[in-house]
Amino acid sequence: MDKFRMVFQFLQSNQESFMNGICGIMALASAQMYSAFDFNCPCLPRYNLAYGLGILLVPPLILFLLGFVLNNNVSMLAEEWRRPQGQRGKDPAVLRYMFCSMAQRAMIAPTVWVSVTLLDGKCITCAFCTSVPVETLGNASHPSLSQEEMKRVLARIPCKDIYDGQELIANEVAIRYLRCISQALGWCFVLLMTMLAFLVRSLRPCFTQAAFLKSRYWSHYIDIERKLFDETCAEHARSFAKVCIQQFFEGMSTDLAATRCHLPRKAPADTGEATEKLLGITDQVTMNTALKSWHRCKPPLHLHSPACPSGNGWAGEGQPPTHTPAPRREVAAYYSRV
Amino acid sequence: MDRFRMIFQYFQSNSESVMNGICGLLALASVKMYTCFDFSCPCLPWYNVAYGLGIMFVPPVALFLCGLILNRQSLVMLEEWRRPQGRRKKDLAVIRYMCFSIMQRATVAPVVWILITLLDGKCLICAFSSSVDPEKFVGFANASPVQVQQLLAKVPCKDDELMRNNTSRKAVSRYLRCWSQALGWSILLILIVAAFLARWLRPCFNQATLLQARHWSNYIDIEQKIFEETCCEHSRLFAHKCILHFFESMRQEIKLHSFSLLREGERAAEEEGLLQGITDQVQVNKLLKMWYYEKPPL
Repeated sequence: MDKFRMVFQFLQSNQESFMNGICGIMALASAQMYSAFDFNCPCLPRYNLAYGLGILLVPPLILFLLGFVLNNNVSMLAEEWRRPQGQRGKDPAVLRYMFCSMAQRAMIAPTVWVSVTLLDGKCITCAFCTSVPVETLGNASHPSLSQEEMKRVLARIPCKDIYDGQELIANEVAIRYLRCISQALGWCFVLLMTMLAFLVRSLRPCFTQAAFLKSRYWSHYIDIERKLFDETCAEHARSFAKVCIQQFFEGMSTDLAATRCHLPRKAPADTGEATEKLLGITDQVTMNTALKSWHRCKPPLHLHSPACPSGNGWAGEGQPPTHTPAPRREVAAYYSRV
Repeated sequence: MDRFRMIFQYFQSNSESVMNGICGLLALASVKMYTCFDFSCPCLPWYNVAYGLGIMFVPPVALFLCGLILNRQSLVMLEEWRRPQGRRKKDLAVIRYMCFSIMQRATVAPVVWILITLLDGKCLICAFSSSVDPEKFVGFANASPVQVQQLLAKVPCKDDELMRNNTSRKAVSRYLRCWSQALGWSILLILIVAAFLARWLRPCFNQATLLQARHWSNYIDIEQKIFEETCCEHSRLFAHKCILHFFESMRQEIKLHSFSLLREGERAAEEEGLLQGITDQVQVNKLLKMWYYEKPPL
């Protein structure tokens, strides 16, 4: 527990470096995915644009949504947003802070994908090869072709082995031109995103620092509270299960002892720890009966107090003496068998 | 665990080495990015200059901004600068010192990029091949001006059909690369000399002020970290108390409605404590429902 707390504290206090590490890993994963992907331009007039722009824009969307899905705090945000107000007011600033920080982290992988795609140049080359300015780059002396024919020829630019328009416009010239445009767009995009990130980060302390500290503290509090509650519930469930099972075994042994003709075996003089753990079940038949009834008919989820005198352990629930009048309805609920 | 605690303490006290580490990583990332980047000059008259100079100057700006973003101290400095005076005076010397050290670290990666670009030579060849004087090179002296421009623009592209095996192309290329590398090495030499002088001559001026500024900037940084740590610890304790209080109030409520006595059995004492008086399914369900629908007030 202590070790867990220390690690937890370290991660929480040095959250900056932890988050930087996560962002770095996601960026690398995105770049790796792109290099593993086998890009195949269709080299057909209308399909090129759809394919090129699709590869440029659809995976980033998927990565963005994945970023939200994989973030554990999304369910925390949803819970905090949808819970009834009750005795605790809801602070929209906290919700906004949580959403913004999640969105920021989810944007890293898509940004890297788009940057790498643009800097590589294959997507833009594929998508816009039919829009190359043939008048400026191509051979002026070539006889003019119809629009359709021109588009068909230009669409084959990315596929060098089937390109047949070398007289119209040289393949290398067109590819160099398109790649130059693509890389320029890529670097501009990178610069834009970096500037945006810088502005977001540096303008915040200038304007809303106090509100920011508040939102950060309370969003962190909500996170810790949820985790601690889960922890407490787990501990409670453990104790509950332990007592329940203990009472089951005791009930079994008293039950069987009562139904048998002979007197219950007297416990040996030296009640060691091991004998105590046997919980009164000391032979094969009893044990088998215990296991069978555990499977067939699990005990109700209700722990009676340990000193409660009941002849028939769990087989019939005797009612403990009432000291205060209580509504019958609740009694039935508490004693319902599961 | 002891080692872990030591590392933790080390990071806490020596934020300078963490920042130096980040700075080094960014410089390495810059080198890696350049080697991975597929430089392809467009070999067209006006596009060359734009592309070449763009590749030389735009990534350094992005790297500089990255250096500022990744540096934790920049936030600390901004906060210190913009905070209301309150009961603690603001020392401009400390803020200046922090700003200076942040800028210093942020300029390492861009400078590395520019130096690599110059020493490699491709950018300058691409950008300035059209600006070379054609009279100096045999192959370009006899063509018309427009043609010369076109040909010179194609110099960076070795595989172009016009330029393959063209000795004049190689001559121009070598000439430009020589200039580029000379520029690169000169800049490197100047920077190193400047850094050397700065380090050596600094103790001669205002050493006391410098020590003070360094101490207090370090202090502000550590104070910020410890405040965040304390907030974490505090929120944890707050949550713990809140949840215990919630369980307790549920137990009170159940005691009011229930008729079973609470016995203090010795065997189950420990478990009783943990069970908080909540001992069956309905009670647990009710507790969980209450937790969702009516969280306790803070």
